[in-house]
Amino acid sequence: MNMIEATNIYKKFNQLEVLKGISLQVKKGEVIAIIGPSGSGKSTFLRCLNHLEIIDKGSITIEGEMMAKMDSAGNSHYQSPSEVRRICKKMGMVFQGFNLFPHKTVLGNIIEAPMVVNKMDRRQAVSIAEELLQKVGLIDKRDSYPSQLSGGQKQRVAIARALAMRPDIMLFDEPTSALDPELTGEVLKVMKDLAEEHMTMLVVTHEMGFARGVANRVIFMDDGKIIEEGEPQEIFSNPSHPRTKAFLNQIL
Amino acid sequence: MLYELYLSKLMGPILYLSKIMGPMLEGTIVTLQLFFVTIIFSIPLGLTLALARISKFKILKDFTGVYIWLLRGTPLLLQLFFIYFGLPYIPIVGVTLDRFPAAAITFILNYAAYFAEIFRAGIQSIDKGQYEASKALGMTYWQTMRRIILPQMVKRVLPPVSNETITLVKDTALVYAIGLSELLRAAKVAVQRDFTTVPFMIAAVFYLVMTLVLTWVFKKLEQKYALYE
Repeated sequence: MNMIEATNIYKKFNQLEVLKGISLQVKKGEVIAIIGPSGSGKSTFLRCLNHLEIIDKGSITIEGEMMAKMDSAGNSHYQSPSEVRRICKKMGMVFQGFNLFPHKTVLGNIIEAPMVVNKMDRRQAVSIAEELLQKVGLIDKRDSYPSQLSGGQKQRVAIARALAMRPDIMLFDEPTSALDPELTGEVLKVMKDLAEEHMTMLVVTHEMGFARGVANRVIFMDDGKIIEEGEPQEIFSNPSHPRTKAFLNQIL
Repeated sequence: MLYELYLSKLMGPILYLSKIMGPMLEGTIVTLQLFFVTIIFSIPLGLTLALARISKFKILKDFTGVYIWLLRGTPLLLQLFFIYFGLPYIPIVGVTLDRFPAAAITFILNYAAYFAEIFRAGIQSIDKGQYEASKALGMTYWQTMRRIILPQMVKRVLPPVSNETITLVKDTALVYAIGLSELLRAAKVAVQRDFTTVPFMIAAVFYLVMTLVLTWVFKKLEQKYALYE
Protein backbone atom coordinates (compact mmCIF):
# COMPACT_ATOMS: atom_id res chain seq x y z
CA MET A 1 0.00 0.00 0.00
CA ASN A 2 1.28 3.44 -0.89
CA MET A 3 1.58 6.01 1.88
CA ILE A 4 0.47 8.77 -0.46
CA GLU A 5 -1.30 8.41 -3.73
CA ALA A 6 -2.03 11.67 -5.50
CA THR A 7 -3.61 11.40 -8.91
CA ASN A 8 -3.94 14.04 -11.58
CA ILE A 9 -4.13 17.04 -9.27
CA TYR A 10 -5.17 20.42 -10.62
CA LYS A 11 -5.28 23.57 -8.55
CA LYS A 12 -6.19 27.09 -9.57
CA PHE A 13 -5.81 30.33 -7.63
CA ASN A 14 -8.47 32.49 -9.25
CA GLN A 15 -7.47 32.36 -12.92
CA LEU A 16 -3.92 31.21 -12.31
CA GLU A 17 -3.44 27.49 -12.76
CA VAL A 18 -0.73 26.45 -10.30
CA LEU A 19 -0.90 22.66 -10.50
CA LYS A 20 -1.51 21.10 -13.87
CA GLY A 21 -2.02 17.41 -13.41
CA ILE A 22 0.36 16.17 -10.73
CA SER A 23 0.48 12.49 -9.90
CA LEU A 24 2.72 10.97 -7.27
CA GLN A 25 2.98 7.73 -5.33
CA VAL A 26 5.00 7.60 -2.16
CA LYS A 27 6.05 4.31 -0.59
CA LYS A 28 6.65 3.71 3.07
CA GLY A 29 10.04 4.96 4.22
CA GLU A 30 10.74 6.91 1.06
CA VAL A 31 12.44 10.29 1.32
CA ILE A 32 11.46 12.46 -1.59
CA ALA A 33 12.99 15.80 -2.37
CA ILE A 34 10.89 18.12 -4.49
CA ILE A 35 12.99 20.72 -6.27
CA GLY A 36 12.27 23.35 -8.88
CA PRO A 37 12.22 27.08 -9.53
CA SER A 38 10.07 29.32 -7.34
CA GLY A 39 6.50 29.52 -8.57
CA SER A 40 6.66 25.99 -9.95
CA GLY A 41 3.91 24.85 -7.56
CA LYS A 42 5.98 22.59 -5.33
CA SER A 43 4.87 24.17 -2.04
CA THR A 44 1.27 24.31 -3.23
CA PHE A 45 1.39 20.61 -4.06
CA LEU A 46 2.71 19.78 -0.59
CA ARG A 47 0.01 21.95 1.01
CA CYS A 48 -2.69 20.19 -1.01
CA LEU A 49 -1.65 16.86 0.48
CA ASN A 50 -2.66 17.85 4.01
CA HIS A 51 -5.63 19.98 3.10
CA LEU A 52 -4.07 23.42 3.59
CA GLU A 53 -5.14 24.00 0.00
CA ILE A 54 -8.25 22.59 -1.66
CA ILE A 55 -7.66 20.83 -4.96
CA ASP A 56 -9.99 21.39 -7.92
CA LYS A 57 -9.38 18.16 -9.75
CA GLY A 58 -7.83 14.82 -8.95
CA SER A 59 -7.78 12.52 -5.96
CA ILE A 60 -5.70 12.12 -2.82
CA THR A 61 -5.40 8.88 -0.87
CA ILE A 62 -3.39 8.64 2.32
CA GLU A 63 -2.45 5.16 3.55
CA GLY A 64 -5.29 3.62 1.61
CA GLU A 65 -7.88 6.11 2.85
CA MET A 66 -9.48 8.34 0.28
CA MET A 67 -9.38 11.98 1.39
CA ALA A 68 -10.53 13.51 -1.89
CA LYS A 69 -11.99 11.45 -4.67
CA MET A 70 -12.48 12.18 -8.31
CA ASP A 71 -15.78 11.98 -10.17
CA SER A 72 -16.05 10.95 -13.82
CA ALA A 73 -15.35 14.52 -14.94
CA GLY A 74 -12.17 14.55 -12.84
CA ASN A 75 -13.51 17.03 -10.26
CA SER A 76 -12.56 16.45 -6.65
CA HIS A 77 -14.91 15.74 -3.79
CA TYR A 78 -13.65 15.74 -0.24
CA GLN A 79 -14.79 13.54 2.61
CA SER A 80 -16.52 15.18 5.57
CA PRO A 81 -14.38 17.70 7.48
CA SER A 82 -13.94 15.34 10.43
CA GLU A 83 -12.87 12.49 8.13
CA VAL A 84 -10.43 14.78 6.33
CA ARG A 85 -9.04 15.89 9.69
CA ARG A 86 -8.66 12.29 10.84
CA ILE A 87 -6.85 11.30 7.64
CA CYS A 88 -4.60 14.38 7.73
CA LYS A 89 -3.49 13.50 11.26
CA LYS A 90 -1.30 10.80 9.68
CA MET A 91 0.84 13.63 8.31
CA GLY A 92 2.96 16.14 10.19
CA MET A 93 4.06 19.37 8.60
CA VAL A 94 7.00 21.70 9.04
CA PHE A 95 6.77 25.20 7.61
CA GLN A 96 9.28 27.61 6.19
CA GLY A 97 8.25 30.24 8.75
CA PHE A 98 8.20 27.76 11.72
CA ASN A 99 4.75 28.93 12.89
CA LEU A 100 5.46 28.11 16.51
CA PHE A 101 2.88 29.31 19.02
CA PRO A 102 4.58 32.43 20.46
CA HIS A 103 2.48 32.48 23.65
CA LYS A 104 3.53 28.98 24.65
CA THR A 105 6.85 27.66 25.85
CA VAL A 106 8.79 25.11 23.83
CA LEU A 107 7.23 22.36 25.92
CA GLY A 108 3.81 23.99 25.64
CA ASN A 109 4.11 24.03 21.86
CA ILE A 110 4.86 20.31 21.74
CA ILE A 111 2.26 19.04 24.21
CA GLU A 112 -0.55 21.24 22.83
CA ALA A 113 -1.84 19.01 20.03
CA PRO A 114 -1.42 15.67 21.83
CA MET A 115 -3.43 17.06 24.74
CA VAL A 116 -6.06 19.04 22.85
CA VAL A 117 -6.52 16.83 19.79
CA ASN A 118 -5.74 13.38 21.16
CA LYS A 119 -6.92 14.10 24.72
CA MET A 120 -3.68 12.68 26.07
CA ASP A 121 -3.07 13.36 29.74
CA ARG A 122 -0.47 15.95 30.53
CA ARG A 123 2.07 13.68 32.14
CA GLN A 124 2.21 11.37 29.14
CA ALA A 125 2.34 14.31 26.69
CA VAL A 126 5.21 15.85 28.65
CA SER A 127 7.19 12.62 28.64
CA ILE A 128 6.77 12.31 24.85
CA ALA A 129 7.75 15.95 24.43
CA GLU A 130 10.87 15.55 26.55
CA GLU A 131 11.92 12.49 24.60
CA LEU A 132 11.51 14.46 21.34
CA LEU A 133 13.39 17.45 22.74
CA GLN A 134 16.27 15.11 23.60
CA LYS A 135 16.19 13.86 20.06
CA VAL A 136 16.37 17.34 18.49
CA GLY A 137 18.93 18.43 21.08
CA LEU A 138 16.86 21.13 22.79
CA ILE A 139 15.92 19.66 26.16
CA ASP A 140 17.60 22.61 27.88
CA LYS A 141 15.23 24.99 26.06
CA ARG A 142 12.16 23.22 27.43
CA ASP A 143 10.83 26.29 29.26
CA SER A 144 11.97 28.98 26.82
CA TYR A 145 9.59 30.92 24.65
CA PRO A 146 10.01 30.77 20.84
CA SER A 147 11.12 34.42 20.79
CA GLN A 148 14.17 33.40 22.84
CA LEU A 149 15.34 30.84 20.26
CA SER A 150 17.42 31.09 17.09
CA GLY A 151 15.85 30.19 13.76
CA GLY A 152 17.48 26.77 13.71
CA GLN A 153 16.26 26.04 17.23
CA LYS A 154 12.75 27.17 16.33
CA GLN A 155 12.65 24.85 13.37
CA ARG A 156 13.87 21.92 15.46
CA VAL A 157 11.10 22.63 17.97
CA ALA A 158 8.62 22.75 15.08
CA ILE A 159 9.83 19.32 13.94
CA ALA A 160 9.46 17.96 17.48
CA ARG A 161 5.97 19.48 17.68
CA ALA A 162 4.92 17.73 14.48
CA LEU A 163 6.47 14.44 15.60
CA ALA A 164 4.59 14.55 18.90
CA MET A 165 1.43 13.61 17.01
CA ARG A 166 3.20 10.41 15.91
CA PRO A 167 2.67 10.97 12.17
CA ASP A 168 3.51 8.30 9.59
CA ILE A 169 4.47 10.91 7.01
CA MET A 170 6.34 14.19 7.42
CA LEU A 171 5.90 17.06 5.00
CA PHE A 172 8.63 19.73 4.97
CA ASP A 173 7.88 22.97 3.18
CA GLU A 174 11.24 24.66 2.58
CA PRO A 175 12.30 24.03 6.16
CA THR A 176 15.66 25.79 5.90
CA SER A 177 14.82 28.66 3.54
CA ALA A 178 14.20 31.18 6.31
CA LEU A 179 17.40 30.30 8.15
CA ASP A 180 20.81 31.92 8.19
CA PRO A 181 23.19 29.66 6.26
CA GLU A 182 25.13 28.65 9.35
CA LEU A 183 21.92 27.39 10.99
CA THR A 184 20.66 25.12 8.21
CA GLY A 185 23.02 22.31 9.21
CA GLU A 186 21.41 21.63 12.58
CA VAL A 187 17.95 21.35 10.99
CA LEU A 188 19.16 19.17 8.12
CA LYS A 189 20.87 16.92 10.66
CA VAL A 190 17.58 16.32 12.47
CA MET A 191 15.89 15.60 9.16
CA LYS A 192 18.66 13.20 8.18
CA ASP A 193 18.23 11.36 11.49
CA LEU A 194 14.53 11.05 10.76
CA ALA A 195 15.24 9.68 7.30
CA GLU A 196 17.56 7.10 8.83
CA GLU A 197 14.71 5.97 11.07
CA HIS A 198 12.75 5.33 7.85
CA MET A 199 10.23 8.10 8.31
CA THR A 200 8.33 8.71 5.08
CA MET A 201 9.28 12.25 4.09
CA LEU A 202 8.37 14.75 1.40
CA VAL A 203 10.73 17.69 1.39
CA VAL A 204 10.31 20.78 -0.73
CA THR A 205 13.79 22.23 -0.67
CA HIS A 206 16.50 24.31 -2.23
CA GLU A 207 19.16 22.35 -0.34
CA MET A 208 20.68 20.34 -3.14
CA GLY A 209 23.13 18.74 -0.73
CA PHE A 210 20.22 17.27 1.21
CA ALA A 211 18.39 16.21 -1.95
CA ARG A 212 21.51 14.49 -3.25
CA GLY A 213 22.68 12.97 0.02
CA VAL A 214 19.52 11.97 1.87
CA ALA A 215 16.64 11.61 -0.58
CA ASN A 216 15.85 8.31 -2.32
CA ARG A 217 14.04 10.09 -5.06
CA VAL A 218 14.20 13.59 -6.49
CA ILE A 219 11.29 15.23 -8.23
CA PHE A 220 11.83 18.24 -10.44
CA MET A 221 8.77 20.46 -10.87
CA ASP A 222 8.31 23.38 -13.21
CA ASP A 223 5.23 25.31 -14.25
CA GLY A 224 2.83 23.16 -12.23
CA LYS A 225 4.03 19.84 -13.60
CA ILE A 226 6.45 17.13 -12.68
CA ILE A 227 9.09 17.40 -15.39
CA GLU A 228 11.43 14.71 -14.29
CA GLU A 229 11.93 12.30 -11.42
CA GLY A 230 14.45 9.72 -10.46
CA GLU A 231 17.24 8.74 -8.13
CA PRO A 232 19.40 11.65 -6.97
CA GLN A 233 22.52 10.58 -8.88
CA GLU A 234 20.56 10.27 -12.05
CA ILE A 235 18.89 13.68 -11.73
CA PHE A 236 21.97 15.54 -10.60
CA SER A 237 24.62 13.98 -12.80
CA ASN A 238 22.58 13.13 -15.83
CA PRO A 239 19.35 15.14 -16.08
CA SER A 240 17.42 14.22 -19.19
CA HIS A 241 15.12 17.20 -19.57
CA PRO A 242 16.54 20.55 -20.76
CA ARG A 243 14.59 22.46 -18.09
CA THR A 244 16.09 20.31 -15.35
CA LYS A 245 19.52 20.94 -16.84
CA ALA A 246 18.93 24.68 -16.99
CA PHE A 247 17.67 24.78 -13.39
CA LEU A 248 20.55 22.73 -12.03
CA ASN A 249 23.07 24.79 -13.95
CA GLN A 250 21.64 27.91 -12.42
CA ILE A 251 21.82 26.80 -8.80
CA LEU A 252 24.79 24.45 -8.63
CA MET B 1 -8.01 84.84 69.20
CA LEU B 2 -5.96 84.64 66.07
CA TYR B 3 -5.67 80.90 66.44
CA GLU B 4 -9.44 80.48 66.77
CA LEU B 5 -10.01 82.63 63.71
CA TYR B 6 -7.49 80.54 61.80
CA LEU B 7 -9.15 77.36 62.97
CA SER B 8 -12.61 78.50 61.94
CA LYS B 9 -11.28 79.49 58.52
CA LEU B 10 -9.75 76.06 58.16
CA MET B 11 -12.73 74.22 59.55
CA GLY B 12 -15.14 75.81 57.13
CA PRO B 13 -13.91 74.00 54.00
CA ILE B 14 -13.36 70.75 55.89
CA LEU B 15 -16.91 70.81 57.20
CA TYR B 16 -18.19 71.62 53.75
CA LEU B 17 -16.22 68.82 52.16
CA SER B 18 -17.45 66.29 54.70
CA LYS B 19 -20.99 67.46 54.03
CA ILE B 20 -20.88 66.89 50.28
CA MET B 21 -18.59 63.87 50.38
CA GLY B 22 -21.41 61.49 51.33
CA PRO B 23 -23.63 62.12 48.31
CA MET B 24 -20.62 62.22 46.02
CA LEU B 25 -19.36 58.86 47.23
CA GLU B 26 -22.84 57.45 46.74
CA GLY B 27 -22.77 58.82 43.21
CA THR B 28 -19.36 57.24 42.69
CA ILE B 29 -20.76 53.88 43.73
CA VAL B 30 -23.45 54.16 41.05
CA THR B 31 -20.79 55.17 38.51
CA LEU B 32 -18.65 52.18 39.46
CA GLN B 33 -21.62 49.82 39.36
CA LEU B 34 -22.47 50.94 35.87
CA PHE B 35 -18.81 50.65 34.87
CA PHE B 36 -18.39 47.10 36.10
CA VAL B 37 -21.74 45.83 34.83
CA THR B 38 -20.87 47.24 31.39
CA ILE B 39 -17.39 45.68 31.37
CA ILE B 40 -18.54 42.29 32.61
CA PHE B 41 -21.24 41.93 29.98
CA SER B 42 -19.97 43.92 27.00
CA ILE B 43 -16.62 42.13 26.71
CA PRO B 44 -18.09 38.62 26.24
CA LEU B 45 -20.84 40.05 24.04
CA GLY B 46 -18.22 41.95 22.02
CA LEU B 47 -16.17 38.77 21.59
CA THR B 48 -19.24 36.88 20.39
CA LEU B 49 -20.02 39.65 17.91
CA ALA B 50 -16.40 39.66 16.70
CA LEU B 51 -16.52 35.92 16.05
CA ALA B 52 -19.86 36.33 14.26
CA ARG B 53 -18.38 39.17 12.21
CA ILE B 54 -15.60 36.92 10.87
CA SER B 55 -17.79 33.84 10.52
CA LYS B 56 -18.32 32.30 7.12
CA PHE B 57 -22.11 32.44 7.50
CA LYS B 58 -23.03 35.48 5.48
CA ILE B 59 -26.31 36.23 7.29
CA LEU B 60 -24.61 36.22 10.67
CA LYS B 61 -21.76 38.32 9.34
CA ASP B 62 -24.03 40.90 7.71
CA PHE B 63 -26.38 41.09 10.68
CA THR B 64 -23.45 41.79 13.00
CA GLY B 65 -22.15 44.36 10.55
CA VAL B 66 -25.45 46.25 10.65
CA TYR B 67 -25.60 46.01 14.44
CA ILE B 68 -22.11 47.44 14.81
CA TRP B 69 -22.86 50.18 12.31
CA LEU B 70 -26.04 51.23 14.15
CA LEU B 71 -24.49 51.19 17.60
CA ARG B 72 -21.32 52.98 16.62
CA GLY B 73 -23.05 55.27 14.18
CA THR B 74 -25.51 56.95 16.55
CA PRO B 75 -24.81 58.96 19.71
CA LEU B 76 -24.69 57.00 22.94
CA LEU B 77 -26.92 59.67 24.46
CA LEU B 78 -29.54 59.08 21.78
CA GLN B 79 -29.40 55.33 22.45
CA LEU B 80 -29.81 56.02 26.15
CA PHE B 81 -32.88 58.19 25.50
CA PHE B 82 -34.28 55.59 23.18
CA ILE B 83 -33.96 52.74 25.69
CA TYR B 84 -35.22 54.78 28.64
CA PHE B 85 -37.84 57.08 27.10
CA GLY B 86 -38.56 55.49 23.73
CA LEU B 87 -38.80 51.80 24.45
CA PRO B 88 -42.07 52.01 26.43
CA TYR B 89 -43.83 53.32 23.31
CA ILE B 90 -42.73 50.47 21.04
CA PRO B 91 -45.66 48.08 20.53
CA ILE B 92 -45.38 44.50 21.81
CA VAL B 93 -41.71 44.62 22.92
CA GLY B 94 -42.21 47.91 24.71
CA VAL B 95 -41.11 47.75 28.32
CA THR B 96 -40.55 50.44 30.86
CA LEU B 97 -37.15 50.06 32.47
CA ASP B 98 -35.86 51.64 35.63
CA ARG B 99 -33.04 54.12 35.20
CA PHE B 100 -30.17 51.85 36.14
CA PRO B 101 -31.19 48.83 34.02
CA ALA B 102 -31.91 51.16 31.09
CA ALA B 103 -28.47 52.74 31.42
CA ALA B 104 -26.73 49.39 31.88
CA ILE B 105 -28.41 47.81 28.83
CA THR B 106 -27.59 50.81 26.66
CA PHE B 107 -23.96 50.84 27.73
CA ILE B 108 -23.54 47.08 27.31
CA LEU B 109 -25.03 47.12 23.80
CA ASN B 110 -23.01 50.16 22.78
CA TYR B 111 -19.66 49.10 24.22
CA ALA B 112 -20.06 45.57 22.87
CA ALA B 113 -20.08 47.07 19.36
CA TYR B 114 -16.79 48.87 19.99
CA PHE B 115 -15.20 45.85 21.66
CA ALA B 116 -16.36 43.69 18.75
CA GLU B 117 -14.37 45.79 16.30
CA ILE B 118 -11.32 45.84 18.56
CA PHE B 119 -11.43 42.06 18.96
CA ARG B 120 -12.05 41.49 15.26
CA ALA B 121 -8.99 43.58 14.40
CA GLY B 122 -7.00 41.68 17.04
CA ILE B 123 -8.05 38.28 15.71
CA GLN B 124 -7.34 39.26 12.12
CA SER B 125 -3.89 40.58 13.03
CA ILE B 126 -2.75 37.06 13.97
CA ASP B 127 -0.55 35.52 11.29
CA LYS B 128 -2.32 32.93 9.15
CA GLY B 129 0.59 30.57 9.77
CA GLN B 130 -0.84 30.08 13.26
CA TYR B 131 -4.06 28.70 11.77
CA GLU B 132 -2.12 26.52 9.34
CA ALA B 133 0.13 25.08 12.04
CA SER B 134 -2.92 24.35 14.21
CA LYS B 135 -4.75 22.73 11.33
CA ALA B 136 -1.71 20.66 10.38
CA LEU B 137 -1.65 19.41 13.98
CA GLY B 138 -5.26 18.26 13.67
CA MET B 139 -6.94 21.02 15.66
CA THR B 140 -10.47 22.13 14.81
CA TYR B 141 -11.42 25.75 14.15
CA TRP B 142 -12.75 26.22 17.69
CA GLN B 143 -9.79 24.51 19.32
CA THR B 144 -7.54 26.81 17.29
CA MET B 145 -9.53 29.89 18.31
CA ARG B 146 -9.67 29.02 21.98
CA ARG B 147 -6.14 27.72 22.46
CA ILE B 148 -4.06 29.58 19.89
CA ILE B 149 -5.69 32.67 18.39
CA LEU B 150 -7.66 34.27 21.24
CA PRO B 151 -4.86 34.07 23.83
CA GLN B 152 -2.58 35.91 21.40
CA MET B 153 -5.36 38.35 20.55
CA VAL B 154 -5.72 39.36 24.22
CA LYS B 155 -2.18 40.68 24.30
CA ARG B 156 -2.64 42.70 21.13
CA VAL B 157 -5.94 44.31 22.12
CA LEU B 158 -4.86 45.42 25.59
CA PRO B 159 -3.95 49.00 24.55
CA PRO B 160 -7.21 49.71 22.67
CA VAL B 161 -9.27 47.96 25.37
CA SER B 162 -7.55 50.12 27.96
CA ASN B 163 -8.53 53.20 25.94
CA GLU B 164 -12.10 52.01 25.72
CA THR B 165 -12.43 51.39 29.47
CA ILE B 166 -11.12 54.86 30.24
CA THR B 167 -13.67 56.32 27.85
CA LEU B 168 -16.32 54.24 29.58
CA VAL B 169 -15.51 55.74 32.99
CA LYS B 170 -16.20 59.18 31.58
CA ASP B 171 -19.18 58.12 29.45
CA THR B 172 -21.00 56.97 32.58
CA ALA B 173 -21.57 60.68 33.25
CA LEU B 174 -24.04 60.65 30.35
CA VAL B 175 -26.64 58.83 32.45
CA TYR B 176 -27.02 62.13 34.25
CA ALA B 177 -29.37 62.90 31.37
CA ILE B 178 -31.92 60.30 32.46
CA GLY B 179 -31.69 61.37 36.08
CA LEU B 180 -29.56 58.59 37.49
CA SER B 181 -27.73 59.77 40.62
CA GLU B 182 -24.17 59.11 39.61
CA LEU B 183 -21.07 61.08 40.44
CA LEU B 184 -21.53 64.04 38.10
CA ARG B 185 -25.14 64.51 39.13
CA ALA B 186 -24.17 64.51 42.80
CA ALA B 187 -21.63 67.22 42.03
CA LYS B 188 -24.09 69.26 39.99
CA VAL B 189 -26.70 69.15 42.77
CA ALA B 190 -24.17 70.48 45.26
CA VAL B 191 -22.93 73.17 42.88
CA GLN B 192 -26.41 74.53 42.27
CA ARG B 193 -27.37 74.43 45.92
CA ASP B 194 -24.21 75.92 47.40
CA PHE B 195 -23.02 78.33 44.67
CA THR B 196 -19.54 76.86 44.58
CA THR B 197 -17.56 74.98 41.94
CA VAL B 198 -15.69 72.89 44.50
CA PRO B 199 -17.90 69.79 43.92
CA PHE B 200 -16.99 69.84 40.22
CA MET B 201 -13.33 69.80 41.15
CA ILE B 202 -13.89 66.95 43.54
CA ALA B 203 -15.75 65.04 40.84
CA ALA B 204 -12.84 65.64 38.47
CA VAL B 205 -10.44 64.24 41.07
CA PHE B 206 -12.68 61.17 41.49
CA TYR B 207 -12.72 60.52 37.73
CA LEU B 208 -8.96 61.02 37.58
CA VAL B 209 -8.42 58.51 40.39
CA MET B 210 -10.61 55.94 38.62
CA THR B 211 -8.81 56.34 35.31
CA LEU B 212 -5.46 56.29 37.08
CA VAL B 213 -6.30 52.93 38.63
CA LEU B 214 -7.35 51.62 35.20
CA THR B 215 -4.16 52.86 33.61
CA TRP B 216 -2.18 51.07 36.30
CA VAL B 217 -4.14 47.82 35.93
CA PHE B 218 -3.62 47.76 32.16
CA LYS B 219 0.05 48.60 32.54
CA LYS B 220 0.42 45.56 34.81
CA LEU B 221 -1.49 43.38 32.33
CA GLU B 222 0.72 44.51 29.47
CA GLN B 223 3.80 43.72 31.53
CA LYS B 224 2.44 40.28 32.27
CA TYR B 225 1.83 39.58 28.59
CA ALA B 226 5.18 41.08 27.53
CA LEU B 227 6.73 37.86 28.81
CA TYR B 228 6.63 36.01 25.52
CA GLU B 229 7.78 38.60 23.06
